[in-house]
Amino acid sequence: MANNNQQDIRYLAPVAVDNKKKKYCRFKKSRIKYIDYKDPEFLKKFLNEQGKILPRRLTGTSLKYQRKVAQAVKRARHLALLPYVTDMMK
Amino acid sequence: MQPLFSKKADILLITKSFSMVNNYETVFILTPVLSDAQMKETVEKFKGLLVSEGAEIVNEECWGLKKLAYPIENKSTGFYALLQFKGDSSLVEKLEVQFRRDERVIRFLTFRLDKYAVEYAAKRVNKFKAEKEA
Repeated sequence: MANNNQQDIRYLAPVAVDNKKKKYCRFKKSRIKYIDYKDPEFLKKFLNEQGKILPRRLTGTSLKYQRKVAQAVKRARHLALLPYVTDMMK
Repeated sequence: MQPLFSKKADILLITKSFSMVNNYETVFILTPVLSDAQMKETVEKFKGLLVSEGAEIVNEECWGLKKLAYPIENKSTGFYALLQFKGDSSLVEKLEVQFRRDERVIRFLTFRLDKYAVEYAAKRVNKFKAEKEA
């Protein structure tokens, strides 16, 4: 019977699974030239729950600004504004 | 062919004349065991050092006692202070030596500001000024 059911379901066109919006670089869009390390709340947008820097394939940041994000995060970590290692940050 | 600079002294002179005046920003964290007066005195000490070495202090900020994201020297809080100055690149090394020697400083960071950072810093100062006046 289960086999029968599976045969019943047929799609004429492939189902669109990802209707995601196009990613964009927020720094290019809002013309931010300098990323401040003094604002840990802002930098947290680019970190995962463990405090690791998110790759730009997830955030959409351009390479130029990803480097600056990384530098700002590392400065903030050095000054204990952000943790080096953590869990459940968000 | 004759070498462009024959003597070592010549080369020294050239490198000296190339020494750059840059914008720098330094942030340091002081131990929380200090009293308010002691903290101010320490900040003044580093400011005095910079001024005596010929730097121009552009901005100074005191963020006060803040919680650290992780313990440094078994301390969970610290006094943050920021100095922005214009000066020669050789100054940074002298300043950092003093930071390392001073037991009251538990963490420090000095770096050069690029042109966008200078712009941002100026905006930041103006914002604080406006807030003070308001």
